[in-house]
Formats: sequence, C-alpha cells, structure tokens
Amino acid sequence: MVLREIKKGLLTSLWFVFLTFPIVVIKVDPIEKTIFWRWQNALYMAIGTFCVYLLVKYYRHRKEQQTDNGGNLEQTGSFIHRALQNPLQRKILISVLAVIALIFPHFFSTYQTNVMTTALMYVVLGLGLNIVVGLAGLLDLGFVAFYAVGAYTYALLNMHFGLGFWTVLPLGGLIAATFGILLGFPVLRLRGDYLAIVTLGFGEIIRLILENWGEFSQGPSGISNISRPGFFGIEFGLEQSIVYTYYLMILLVIVTIFVVNRLQDSRIGRAWIALREDEIACQAMGIDKRKTKLVAFSLGAFWAGIVGVMFAAKTTFINPASFTFLESAIILSIVVLGGMGSIVGVVIGALILILMPEYLRALSEYRMLAFGGILVCMMIFRPQGLISNVRRTYKFEKKQ
Amino acid sequence: MDYFIELFFSGLTRGSIYALIALGYTMVYGIIGLINFAHGEIYMIGAFTAFIVATVLSIYGLPLLAIAIISGVAAVVWASAYGYTVEKIAYKPLRHAPRLSPLISAIGMSIFLQNYVLLAQTSDFLPFPRLIPDFAFMEPIVQIIGSTDLVILITTVVVMVLLTLVIKFTKIGKAMRATAQDRMMATLVGINVNNVISATFIVGSGLAAIGGLLIASHIGQINFYIGFIAGIKAFTAAVLGGIGSIPGAVLGSLVLGLTESFATGYVSSDYEDVFAFSLLVLILIFKPSGLLGKASNQKV
Repeated sequence: MVLREIKKGLLTSLWFVFLTFPIVVIKVDPIEKTIFWRWQNALYMAIGTFCVYLLVKYYRHRKEQQTDNGGNLEQTGSFIHRALQNPLQRKILISVLAVIALIFPHFFSTYQTNVMTTALMYVVLGLGLNIVVGLAGLLDLGFVAFYAVGAYTYALLNMHFGLGFWTVLPLGGLIAATFGILLGFPVLRLRGDYLAIVTLGFGEIIRLILENWGEFSQGPSGISNISRPGFFGIEFGLEQSIVYTYYLMILLVIVTIFVVNRLQDSRIGRAWIALREDEIACQAMGIDKRKTKLVAFSLGAFWAGIVGVMFAAKTTFINPASFTFLESAIILSIVVLGGMGSIVGVVIGALILILMPEYLRALSEYRMLAFGGILVCMMIFRPQGLISNVRRTYKFEKKQ
Repeated sequence: MDYFIELFFSGLTRGSIYALIALGYTMVYGIIGLINFAHGEIYMIGAFTAFIVATVLSIYGLPLLAIAIISGVAAVVWASAYGYTVEKIAYKPLRHAPRLSPLISAIGMSIFLQNYVLLAQTSDFLPFPRLIPDFAFMEPIVQIIGSTDLVILITTVVVMVLLTLVIKFTKIGKAMRATAQDRMMATLVGINVNNVISATFIVGSGLAAIGGLLIASHIGQINFYIGFIAGIKAFTAAVLGGIGSIPGAVLGSLVLGLTESFATGYVSSDYEDVFAFSLLVLILIFKPSGLLGKASNQKV
C-alpha cells in the first residue's frame, strides 16, 4: 500500500519534471545568444512534487478515516465560533481586540501603522465583495472598478473643485454604487460564469478608459497632490496624518462590520443567501430577483467606492496601475480564503493575505503565485474557507 | 480601397488566431460546462515553450524549417501536457461541487500559471525568432498580406478541417459529442467520460499552442502576460458565436477579428481592447446564446 503510493508519487514527480522542464530548467537570452541550464531546479521540482503528493495522499487518507469513524469533521475554526457564541468570551475577545487596535500606532512605527491601514482597507474591500460573492453568490471579477471609481471621484473633485475628504466620502460611495447598478442592469440575466467574465471586462474597460482618456483622468501618469483627510480644519503633519488615517480606517472597519452583520440577518440578506443557494426556488418563493441582485451589486460597490476615497486620501497619488485585475484577484482570494459569507473569516483572511507578504519580505516575490495557489487549494480542500459561515439553525428541544 | 483590404486581411489573421484559442474554450464548455479561465495561460505557455525551443535550436544553428517544425511540435506537446495536468489538478476534484467552485479554481490556476512563468523566466518582453521566411512569390502583394499572415490563414484552415473530421468521424470525436449532449447517458453506454474530458483538454490546449506559436512569430515578441488579454478576447469570440458550438467559435472569432481590425484602423487604436470588451457586454445583453448557439431553458 505504502510502497505503491511511493511508486505513484515518484511517477507523478517524474511527470512534473517533464512538464516544467522547458520553462523551469532552460533560460535563454535571445540577444546574447546564451543558454542557461538550471538543472538544480528540476531536482527541486521533483522533490517538491513528491512531498506535496505524499501530503495530499496523507490528508485524503486521514479524512477518509475520520469519515469512517463518523467523527466530527468541523474542528478548525470551531474554537473561534465557540468564543463568539459565548457572550462573556465574546466580550473579552472584542475588548482585547479593541485595545490592541487603539494602542497599535503608539507602540509600532509609522511604517507599521501604514501597513496596517492598508490591511484594514482590504478588510473593508473584502467585506464589500463578500456581500456580492459570499452572500449573493454573484462572482464579480471587476470589483476593483468600483474601487477605482471611488478613488478617481475624490481625486478629480479635489483637483477641480477643491472638495474636501468628508464631502466626497459619501459621494464616492454613492457614485460607485451607481456604477454598480449600471453594471448590474445588463448582467442581471446572466448566470455565474458569464457574469464573471462580463464583470472582468467591465473592470478592464474602466481601467483602459482611465489610462487612455488623458484629458479626463490625466492618463497613466495619474493624479497627484490629493488632499489628506482633514479634521475640523486642523492641519496634520505627515506622521500624525498617518495615525489619523489609521483611526479613520478602524472606524470604517467597525461601521462596515456592523452594517454587514445587520444586513446578513435582514430580509434582504436572507434573500441573497436564498438566491445563492437556488435561483429558481428563490423566485418561486416570491423574491424579486432583479431587485435583490441590484442591491447586492450596489451595496458591494458602495463599500469599494468608500475605500477608494480613503485610498486616494491616504496615498495622495493615484494612477490606473493601482486598479488592475490582479487587485480584484487579491480581494477575491481574501474572501475565498477567509470563507465566503463569513465576516470573521474575511477579516482574518485580509489580515493574513496582506500582512504576511509584508513581514515575510523574502517571500513577497511569490505573493501572486501563492494567491493563485490559495484559490485552487481552498476550492479543493476547504471550500468553506478558514472560518466557515455558520448558518443560523433552530433546534427543537424536547422538554426534559 | 487598399487600406480597406489591408485591414480586412489583418482582421482575418487576427480572427484565425482567436479561433484557434476560442475552440478550446468552446469544446471544454460544451463538455463540462466550465469556462476554463486558465486556457489563455495554456496558450501563453505554448508560445513560451516554442520560444525557448526555437531559441535554443537557433543557437545550435539548425535550419529554419527544422526549427519551425520542432518548436511547433514541442509547443503542442507541452501545452497539451499542461492542459491535461490542469484539468486533473484543478477541475476534476470539483466536478460535483457547486458551480462557483470550479470557476474560482480556474481563476486561481490562471493567476498561478502566469506567475509561475514570470518567476521561472522573466517579466521582460522577449524577441521571438522569425520562423516564417518571406516567400518570394508573395512579393507583389506583400503590401496587402504578408507571408506570416498567409501561413496563419492556411494553418488555421487546415487545423479546422482536421478538427471537424476528428469530431465527426473518429471514435473519440463521437464520444466527445455524446458526452457534450448528456454525460450521464454517455457513461451508461460505456464511454469513459474521464478520458473524453482529458482528450478534450488535450486537443483544446494543442490548438491554443498552435495559435500561440503563430501569433508570437507574427508579432515578434512574447511576455508572460499575453495569455490574459488573448484569453478574454477568445472567450468573447466563443460567446459571440455561441459557446459550445464549434462553427460558432470560428465565426465569432472572424467577426471579432474583423471588428477589431476595422475599429482600430478607422476609429482609434488606443481603445483596441475596449472594443472587444464592449462587444462582449453587448452580446451578452442582447443575444446571450450567441450567433449560432441554441438558447437553452434551464430545467428544474
């Protein structure tokens, strides 16, 4: 049994060595006319594949055994669930998190605070996309377009009319939401896979327009000197401003979590989940499919727009290069890794995916490779995400 | 008028390349109902393999014809191997999962393959060696249609005819059509559906690799990112023609290629990609079943 697996593993690694041979081993320089043979890479590939193969086999084997024993599969993440369900533990957990969030800028450097602010932005973006993908089950690959709309709304209004951050913040969200509805209308009839590709196309159209329509958006060179957020007319220095933005982000995260949480259990939230599970059954129950989908799109876009305004205000410079498809892919990875439909999951997913590459600089090259790998592996091994969303269930308990 | 004809042929060339890629999308969609997002990346890997093999061989000083043939075969072999492996790793375990899962897995695979090539090779644009010489007999009309365009058109036609013959008359072709119609029924009459799906991926990837090789030698440079845009455009073409339909994919590709060529020639070249995307959105709004596709009702 074990011997057979090892033999199969060796064959698999041989196949992968063959597969990756031209791309991984050979590197040519067509101008200098030189060839580099990187044989050591073939060796790494063989060893790596073999180990991964055995790991996967071991994982499958254990899972089968667990199912045979009738054991409880849901173990990871249940610790957090239990903590959240118990009111006392939840209170403790939340207050500890609140204290950490409050004192963070005073104990860490400005750079760290800045990184944290970025991570928090992705938390909100993830939560926004979570409404569309996680709750309503509409795969949106052009989410970054709404983010761009928000950012450009602020940048342009600030540049031409000198409007301040606080005026544009709701405006950016609303304009992004309008774009969400504009995109939503035509794609309402489409099924999952078509929807994905149309939203992808939409995201690219927005980026290409921003890049090419120079008179409107200043093209690829972008817009600079965007005002930072103000606070009742007080001017901040650079460092104070970063700390201030950090606190604003914390506030935004709290508001978002609160709203999304309430939405989830509301009438529209339950309609989204019903839509995700079965469109036809959902319509049969009398839910207006159009309205439900449009609300999901526009609400998701609204959060993206708000974060876009924050982003423009934080970096004070934006250009179309910040809004590529990869950005959408990162946000999607966050939602998928954390667990579609789970708020805690998305928050943790965003923190892992954004902070990890920052602190493991050596690995940051492999960031996008890992994001792609995460999407595939999560779908195969843990489709519900790190922390799965627990559906509200009602139990009938007999009286003792 | 000359300008018009020039644009027409350049559109036709573009369209044939899109057709080679779009066929892979449409065949896979026909059989397992999945948009294979990684297909554009397979095309890119095909082009990259051809680039590496061709450059190595030209450094060793082989004749041009030998280089063209060997690198073409290598591109097809490796791209097919990648297509096969991608299906086994990323799609096969998810065959009974909810619709969204294989789709996300496909997107992940696409990002993974892109960055795999980026890390293993380079992010620079690399000059692709010229594999197709200027034929002497093309001299008088070279203004209108170049030698490379001619080779592309001929290759595409030959490949299309071969593919049609394979699907119409061979055993595996019959099995493919049966599986596309009804997978369960195909299993019941003794078709090994797993093998058919693998074969579809292999054939689709091989076609994409031919497309990659041709377009790379036409444009003269490649990069790890070429698969993304080409993939979306080929998908647009497949949808335009009616996804799942093989003649539809070819027709859609030619329409898309000509539209793009005329639009960039007469309107503006800055918005080249916007035209394709807008076309995609318009089709999906007004005729989601495509030009030759059949509108299907979802059964409950």
